[in-house]
Amino acid sequence: MKALFILVVAFLTACAHPPALRGTGDLGIVIERANGRVAIVDTTARGILARVDGLGDLSHASAVFSRDGRYAYVFGRDGGLTKVDLLLARIDKRVMQAGNSIGGAISQDGRLVVAQNYTPGGIKVFDAVTLELLSEVPTGSKVVGLADLSGQRFGYALFDAGEIWITDLADPRNPRTQKFPAGQQPYDGLVTPNGRHYMAGLFGEDGIALLDTWQPQAGAKKILENYGKGQEKLPVFKMPHLRGWAVAGNRAYLPAIGRHEVLVVDTTTWKEVGRIPVKGQPVFVMARPDGRQVWVNFAFPDNSWVQVIDTPTSQVVKTLQPGKAILHMEFTPRGEEVWLSARDDNTVGIYDTASFARKAALAADSPSGIFFTSRAHRTGF
Amino acid sequence: MRVNASPAGWYHSFRMRLPLLLPFLAMPVAAAVQAEAPTPARQRELVHLVRQDCGSCHGMQLTGGLGVPLTPEALRDKPLEGLEATIHGGRPGTAMPAWKTILGESEIRWIVQQLLMGFPKE
Repeated sequence: MKALFILVVAFLTACAHPPALRGTGDLGIVIERANGRVAIVDTTARGILARVDGLGDLSHASAVFSRDGRYAYVFGRDGGLTKVDLLLARIDKRVMQAGNSIGGAISQDGRLVVAQNYTPGGIKVFDAVTLELLSEVPTGSKVVGLADLSGQRFGYALFDAGEIWITDLADPRNPRTQKFPAGQQPYDGLVTPNGRHYMAGLFGEDGIALLDTWQPQAGAKKILENYGKGQEKLPVFKMPHLRGWAVAGNRAYLPAIGRHEVLVVDTTTWKEVGRIPVKGQPVFVMARPDGRQVWVNFAFPDNSWVQVIDTPTSQVVKTLQPGKAILHMEFTPRGEEVWLSARDDNTVGIYDTASFARKAALAADSPSGIFFTSRAHRTGF
Repeated sequence: MRVNASPAGWYHSFRMRLPLLLPFLAMPVAAAVQAEAPTPARQRELVHLVRQDCGSCHGMQLTGGLGVPLTPEALRDKPLEGLEATIHGGRPGTAMPAWKTILGESEIRWIVQQLLMGFPKE
């Protein structure tokens, strides 16, 4: 009888304090790479709300978001695809979809999640609600640079085969794919924020492959060809990453390969209009959402530095040393702050992008990727 | 038929003598390894470097990524010298860079030995 009484009281107490309603527009996740765990973060409170375990090998991980901003789809190194509920702070669904994976993307309408894989090479298409496998496109090559295009299409590049493929998933169970020669060893790709131009950065040669997805029949062309001018390359200890953040206004800011430079391209003519010397091999070259600044981090052994480029003057205006092994950067939705993960300091630093002052620091275990829900509404994220 | 001329016979006679040879063989080798092996503190740095920074291409579990797997099973048939040369000078035509500006030869040898035995955890 007493037990029943306690139970009833506990039930009534629980009812009296329902979880507060909240939106997800200021939420995100931080990958804690060594623990197979993500921290759910709040960019308004500048804090960690909860942690979710059990996501497998996250030594390389990326995430996309459902268009309602409630779920994060996390792609892990071991081929795990995990749908994390940000509000309930728990795993909603999880599938092992490949042996070795690199990332993924979500369709224009938010109904399809697509994973890009190294082993076995190819892409796999999943229902975003149930994670049911709908179809796959084997490539016989490592897939890099998967990006969502308009019209339920996806662009991606084949590292070994040197091609760009465009797969149309209007009928998700019957993919239709077009293939275009791109160049030697594309290492990553991006789509411009308007969803029109797909670019694949090339590792095996100096240049970028550019495909106009409004007229793909014209094929991919090379831009920034021979930017290294035949000079010997510096060693690249970490492969750069490309996404739509490369574009600021009508310019794209791209990492050079084997040169400590950021290359600047005019996106109306696709000609090089400048190059900016920086501290090391750039890894992420990310425009603040308003395009006024471009933040750059670097490959080992220069990965304790971050530099900020002022876009109107193409000058480095700030050099920061925010911590040991800065792996990733993510801007708040409108860019007044940037979060930086310092892997070897076990810290995520939050910086004001106008004053460069450190506003807060969060303890996180070996943090790598930082992903905010504002990505849900951006093409190519 | 001369038994000693056959490879099996040679191996047999070598094995018979091995216990006598062993102390003389082992001593200078052990001394050399001791002299060259990285300090325990440096070993921890190297483990961190391999897991975290080599791991950006080879995976933190060294099961592969853009780079090949570096597990003992994957490396079993690869000659030691070749593995050392790959780390030292990189592999032209691939994404593998030369680490000679970062790692000394004894450090490279130690890393290869650890990889072949199953790389230590951090």
